Amino acid sequence: MSEYNWDYLDELESESIHIFREVAGQFEKPALLFSGGKDSITLVHLALKAFRPGKLPFPLVHIDTGHNFPEALAFRDQLVEQIGEQLIVRQVEDTIKAKHLTEQTGKFATRNQLQTYTLLDTIEEFGFDACIGGARRDEEKARAKERIFSIRDEFGQWDPKRQRPELWNTYNGKINKGENVRVFPISNWTELDIWNYIHREKIALPSIYFSHSREVLEYKGQYVAVSDFIRIDASDTILEKRVRYRTVGDMTCTAAVESDAATIEDIIHEIITTKTSERGQTRIDDRFSEAAMEDRKKNGYF
Amino acid sequence: MDILRFITAGSVDDGKSTLTGRLLYDSKNIMADTLEAIEKQSKNKEEGDLDLALITDGLRAEREQGITIDVAYKYFTTPKRKFIIADAPGHIQYTRNMITGASNSDLIIILIDARNGVVEQTRRHSIIASLLNLPGVIVAVNKMDLVDYSQDVYNNIVIEYANMAKTLELHNVTYIPISALNGDNIVRKSEVMPWYEGKSLMEILETIEVQKVINHHRSRSRFPVQYVIRPQTGALHDYRGYAGKIISGVYRKGEAVTVLPSGLTSRIQTIEKDGGTPVEQAYAPQSVVLHLEDDIDISRGDLVVPSDDLPQTAQELEVLLCWMDHKPLFAGNKYLFQINSTRVRSVIKNILYKVDVNSLEKKEAPGKAELNDVVKLILKTSQPVAFDRHRDLRVNGSAILIDETSNATVGACMIQ
Repeated sequence: MSEYNWDYLDELESESIHIFREVAGQFEKPALLFSGGKDSITLVHLALKAFRPGKLPFPLVHIDTGHNFPEALAFRDQLVEQIGEQLIVRQVEDTIKAKHLTEQTGKFATRNQLQTYTLLDTIEEFGFDACIGGARRDEEKARAKERIFSIRDEFGQWDPKRQRPELWNTYNGKINKGENVRVFPISNWTELDIWNYIHREKIALPSIYFSHSREVLEYKGQYVAVSDFIRIDASDTILEKRVRYRTVGDMTCTAAVESDAATIEDIIHEIITTKTSERGQTRIDDRFSEAAMEDRKKNGYF
Repeated sequence: MDILRFITAGSVDDGKSTLTGRLLYDSKNIMADTLEAIEKQSKNKEEGDLDLALITDGLRAEREQGITIDVAYKYFTTPKRKFIIADAPGHIQYTRNMITGASNSDLIIILIDARNGVVEQTRRHSIIASLLNLPGVIVAVNKMDLVDYSQDVYNNIVIEYANMAKTLELHNVTYIPISALNGDNIVRKSEVMPWYEGKSLMEILETIEVQKVINHHRSRSRFPVQYVIRPQTGALHDYRGYAGKIISGVYRKGEAVTVLPSGLTSRIQTIEKDGGTPVEQAYAPQSVVLHLEDDIDISRGDLVVPSDDLPQTAQELEVLLCWMDHKPLFAGNKYLFQINSTRVRSVIKNILYKVDVNSLEKKEAPGKAELNDVVKLILKTSQPVAFDRHRDLRVNGSAILIDETSNATVGACMIQ
């Protein structure tokens, strides 16, 4: 190799930084949607590389369903304090009260659909014209077709048939008033790429990504954490398991995986040898229908 | 380990989705739950066998109609490379999708149905590969199982294609006989075609050297400024860094540079990487921050280049354009012209001719371009634009047109 050494992770990193800077250059009021998961933590890491020693040209925005893992929230606050950037939190609970929304009922009643309302309200409240998110195309097949700059109408809707062609590395972020753009800087990263990068860059993560002991109940082959947000029935058996989370979402719709992986290296090894996809193994919400994600995206979800 | 981006061209009938599915499946890049979902749907369609095409057909409308409408991106990794596949539809009404998918690709796999040989669609895909100056071409003769794995059939197709490739100036063409359905010559060499002496498709993909967009020669170094970092606080009061990605070449500290289109000159004072770490030199495809010795006016859209290696700067450009909108383009219309981070107004001066994408013939200038048309035209920009010819440097010779009233991306330009 010549004096110009670079790894595929460098190429992915640079592509993402380029996208971040295009957002800063093209939009008046962007925001970074922060969920507390590994993908959005990686986004923050990339954003710092794109803009330091300057400030980030956007706040972090967290749409809090109220069903988060406490470890993820604590990590969020610690990260924001450490980097000294602005965090905006909006509660789904407040939207439910203000708009008299009907909550799901049932065993694993989730606020996953309702967070779209809070997100759209928050976009309107601050006038955000671009929302940066950590979605990856390898996650799900509706996402495989999404652009890096994805235009949403004033209802936040994604129209897969009216997507703009996205050519070369030239991004068209021009929009009409009321519209906004969802931007996905890590579109081309896979789950394994993320973990390899986290390992290389020594990025800190919430503790729930690593093996720990937790009370769970088994539901259709998945382990769901015992919490105040789910309904425990008399027939349920509560088990104590060594688990970790492969993705971090709401406590109601994210399943744990049995694991002894205590380090990033262990996790990488686990992912290489696993036979189940990230969303398939850990998301209870995608299993309802074949086109679940496509439908939610059309309605303004991420 | 590096990244290879490629596009597969062909229609559902050529087995394109099956090939993509097969590459992912045989390289063990498909997870059990995804397979389970596909098995379930394959049965729904009552086809019996595993329908690997379902791996790539993502949207409900596509699954219902059994076609691919849009570009889908798929990922797989082997110990040697990370691969990004742009899976685009092949029918003529989707030329724009194919151009979109090809625009980011280093290589194209053109699928030919062994029973049909080189057909109009093969020709069109090859013409597009040629127009977009794709560095690598693999011609995969598929469905060999349906022609009894006949060497004669394969050889005749290779001869026919090679003749066409010559007229299209397509170089570096690699040929391979496959059966995507059965997995012959996909990941492993097939025993049913002992007469084929080349590598399996996967081996070709893992080892092929394509002239990547990344240029590490010290020629045509190009740095488009995306954003100016100005903290304006405390110790960083005078900090003024130009943030961007080196799209080609190498930059070194102390180097004399020229800022285009203004023509102002200076020297590189410092180069920073990773949010403020100084480095002596940086190269494509790194994203960096440049500081110049002189306090000159630079903003987003400017191009910083070595003073002894300037691109062209002009206001009147000859471009090859693929039109991507339902509303036609007319001579005299105005559009925004965006090349990398530079966006200026432009007007279509005149359309020279239309390219027949099935024959490469030049047809008389029609005065307008319709959806999926490829035309040669002259456009004039409101300000001078710094560019390279597309065939010399793709990354600084490609631009898009934006309709100012709809904000849609309506045209793909390759600057001639």
